[in-house]
Amino acid sequence: MNDMTPTREQREAALEGMGCKRKRVEDIRFTQGKGQYVDDLKLPGMVFGDFVRSPYAHAKVTKIDATEALKLPGVIAVLTAEDLKGVNLAWMPTLAGDVQMVLADGKVLYQNQEVAFVVAENRYIADDAIQLVEVEYEELPVLVDPFQSMAPDAPVLRPDLEGKMEGAHGPRKHHNHIFTWEVGDKDETSKAFAEADVTVKELISYHRTHPSPLETCQCVASMDKVKGELTVWGTFQAPHVIRTVASLLSTIPEHKIHVIAPDIGGGFGNKVGAYPGYICSIVASIVTGVPVKWVEDRMENLSTTSFARDYHMTTEIAAKSDGTVTGLKVHVLADHGGFDACADPSKWPAGFFNIVTGSYDFPAAHLEVDGVYTNKAPGGVAYRCSFRVTEAAYCIERGMDILAQKLGMDPADLRMKNFIKPEQFPYQSALGWEYDSGDYHTAMQKAMDTIGYRELRAEQKAKQEAFKRGETREIMGIGVSFFTEIVGAGPSKNCDILGVAMFDSAEIRVHPTGSVISRMGTKSQGQGHETTWAQIIATEIGIPAADIMVEEGNTDTAPYGLGTYGSRSTPVAGAAIALAARKIRNKAQMIAAHMLEVSEYDLEWDVDGFQVKGNPQARKAMKEIAWAAYHAPPPGMEPGLEAVSYYDPPNMTYPFGAYFCVMDIDVDTGVAKTRRFYALDDCGTRINPMIIEGQVHGGLTEAFAIAMGQEIRYDETGNVMGASFMDFFIPTAVETPHWETDYTVTPSPHHPIGAKGVGESPNVGGVPAFSNAVNDAFQFLGSTHIQMPHDAWRIWQAARDLGAHG
Amino acid sequence: MIPGEFTYHRPSSVAEAVAILASHGDEARPLSGGHSLIPMMKLRMAAPEHLVDLGGIADLKGIAEDGDTITVGAMTTQHELIGSDLLGARLPIIRETSLLIADPQIRYLGTLGGNVANGDPGNDMPALMQCLNAAYVLTGPDGAREVAAREFYEAAYFTALAPDEILTAVKIPVPPTGHGYAYEKLKRKVGDYATAAAAVVLTLSGGSVSTCSVALTNVADTPLYAEEAGSILTGSTLDADTVKRAVAAAEAITDPASDGRGPAEYRIKMAGIMLERALARAADRARG
Repeated sequence: MNDMTPTREQREAALEGMGCKRKRVEDIRFTQGKGQYVDDLKLPGMVFGDFVRSPYAHAKVTKIDATEALKLPGVIAVLTAEDLKGVNLAWMPTLAGDVQMVLADGKVLYQNQEVAFVVAENRYIADDAIQLVEVEYEELPVLVDPFQSMAPDAPVLRPDLEGKMEGAHGPRKHHNHIFTWEVGDKDETSKAFAEADVTVKELISYHRTHPSPLETCQCVASMDKVKGELTVWGTFQAPHVIRTVASLLSTIPEHKIHVIAPDIGGGFGNKVGAYPGYICSIVASIVTGVPVKWVEDRMENLSTTSFARDYHMTTEIAAKSDGTVTGLKVHVLADHGGFDACADPSKWPAGFFNIVTGSYDFPAAHLEVDGVYTNKAPGGVAYRCSFRVTEAAYCIERGMDILAQKLGMDPADLRMKNFIKPEQFPYQSALGWEYDSGDYHTAMQKAMDTIGYRELRAEQKAKQEAFKRGETREIMGIGVSFFTEIVGAGPSKNCDILGVAMFDSAEIRVHPTGSVISRMGTKSQGQGHETTWAQIIATEIGIPAADIMVEEGNTDTAPYGLGTYGSRSTPVAGAAIALAARKIRNKAQMIAAHMLEVSEYDLEWDVDGFQVKGNPQARKAMKEIAWAAYHAPPPGMEPGLEAVSYYDPPNMTYPFGAYFCVMDIDVDTGVAKTRRFYALDDCGTRINPMIIEGQVHGGLTEAFAIAMGQEIRYDETGNVMGASFMDFFIPTAVETPHWETDYTVTPSPHHPIGAKGVGESPNVGGVPAFSNAVNDAFQFLGSTHIQMPHDAWRIWQAARDLGAHG
Repeated sequence: MIPGEFTYHRPSSVAEAVAILASHGDEARPLSGGHSLIPMMKLRMAAPEHLVDLGGIADLKGIAEDGDTITVGAMTTQHELIGSDLLGARLPIIRETSLLIADPQIRYLGTLGGNVANGDPGNDMPALMQCLNAAYVLTGPDGAREVAAREFYEAAYFTALAPDEILTAVKIPVPPTGHGYAYEKLKRKVGDYATAAAAVVLTLSGGSVSTCSVALTNVADTPLYAEEAGSILTGSTLDADTVKRAVAAAEAITDPASDGRGPAEYRIKMAGIMLERALARAADRARG
């Protein structure tokens, strides 16, 4: 061996494989403004669509007159529900088993609902024409409060469902009721409560908010009438699902529909669903024969396409006097707006909310969710979380604090006492999940030691005394949050979308010169798949990540996959990638054996090639093997070196983490300042620590925003308040706290590389940490629960109501 | 979020600009930094047919001192106000306030004239100009006239400015050397209008207040000059009781809307808290 031969470590480093803080390759174009987004697309003859929207939250639409609009030069068409009925598209199915109006069919159910679709030569003309479409409305009584939805005299929101007392998820008990979803053992749970030493009960509300990707929802639809082919470019988190839905709705054969998701400027759940804008653009292109572009503006985005949360969770916990929890009872009132357009796997009307037992060993639990209609925008998407998991984590983490207060126990100690123990994994929860792996005690202890938890409690006590003596107007809160997520939807035994099992896929092709193109069924919206997927392949087949191109989003070239949301990409597609890569490695081993004239069983894998056991000089690097695969494969073997894998996960993955928030609150203004925020995440095997850190920073910033003021509010007449960035809280770098990140590693036992997914953990764990900090600060003044969001005025009101203003 | 059609004008002199405004009446609007007008046009809440961009008029720029008065051209940007050594030395409250307006990108374009002229109660400069007892120079077809900032605002977006007039300059009397000042602003985030804000300028003599001027931002449909609060404080030693009475007097003249920043009851109290804090800081500064 001469001095120029790279060492094993050097060869390993050259791969930039798993565990490497590889810089994001996509940032080269993003940071230079060279990304190619939907709105960058310009096609010959392309026209623009825009919506006439309802100013009313609940009204009959008695007349739509487009005469004046059509007279405006440059206006091509104005579509209404009547036009869509001709192609059977006035209504569309939702992912939740409901139906939704594409354009107002006789009535509107929420403010800004789509009423007519104006198609014009450019955006300016389209917007001018909108002002000229005359719509006559007859106002109806408005229902905004979900607690009033099932009142006997509540207005009928959905006459289309009249007499239909069986919904997609069982019986409906009122004209505004959507479903009841029940999990767990009611009798066992009642027994636990009857026998409990201590019980607590609180209505814990998670307000309505909205994902806020920088890029709003948009698409370009182009129907080639000669070929009978439809191409749709769009901001789709799940392009293959969109293709299937488009085919089912339009009756265009699926192979003649091309769905392309180019670069996407953030999704956060907002871009999972199918929206009227997509349908109208497609229909308009079919009608006009030219490409039609539709781009949502910010107010349209915030007020129409898929809100998140609006869960009102009545939470009860039973415990022994020593703090051991014995039962959990939760009733959720779920406000879905005018249509149930919740983006969950089809059989899960409340998503995976039954993860609500959290990280704790509850012997008995019972959950009931009632979904109701109101005059608000439809949706219920998972805003940077797995389906309804943020709600569940908030519910149990707030609940545990309330129990700790009642018991007079420290909230961290109470959690420690009730954690599922490492030896209990795989753990069967009382609400039906099998947790794959976890070591909660170690994570919690590390977090408490690092942040100096006991010292902080001592400082808090001293500050409380000083406050009572009138020496300061500032109080201090310590927010504890220990979350367990459920991600990686999902196993075909429990998860499908409109009947399609929630597997995912990868295809890897090694070229003769040893470079690689790989394609997946997922679609990055900023998660960095082009970087991390290449790292998995690099480690598995020994080809440098820099020589591996990752391509997603084109349904013509990518294998079928269910897309990217719910932290499912790494648990599902990440596994498919590893398994496809292993198929390649297996074939490479046979080729190497032929080249080295030994049995394949005499070879061992070493970083980037195969070597003869006991004779490492006799080796073939992957690059040489790739050439041989195309140049001189072993006799009888098919040439080429590529593989496809479709992965149906055996179980979900269960990332977890311990988050601590230290907050100082000015009781006179209600202004809360986050002094420290520490986030320890355990997402199993870590593929790229730098990307994980970036994900945690982003998710915590969103959690901070949601907990501290990001809200979609409605007034009593259904006017949506604050649907612009003037009022909708998007923190800037100035408001955003400094984040301290940390980790432990507990691999998933059932995942080929042990990875669990991390993108959404910070939002799931972050919100309860912030809210618990605010709540913790006021406990010594006698408060049990203060509802989110914790904007300054609400904190000030809480302080006043507790007598803190003297 | 797309404005209706309009004709864009870019005159190079005040006379030319006034002539364009005069010939189109209510259908024309002057454009300075554009941060209020352009979003309103995008929302189609404003639909001027003629937009008269004042950015090409060199005479509207600049900061000059003449005796006890500093005159600031209407098109002077907030960024330029912050960078002015003259203002930094003689009217430091202008720098303090400007730094609390939005963010640097907005301050590169946002102007003093635009901020005070359009009558948006959320803007910070109108209350500050009332506090400083500034006067606005309004130039129309018949020449220029001066209106005191304290007399200028009638209601939200309604001011003493006639449709054919342009606010061309702001004249600010320089407070005595050694004066105390503070602008306290409570806001939800960078870029937001004030939940409530208070401007205070005062002078002390032998431990008691010789002059005191107070104004409030965004707690009514106009900026508020809190005259009574100022007179209560004048002659006092800023003892707790007097401050409390002044704060109550200031709160009493507020009439804020309930909005995303909070309900009216909260915003009223925050006006008081901001005043209390501004007074404390101003007094500290006056004491040196």
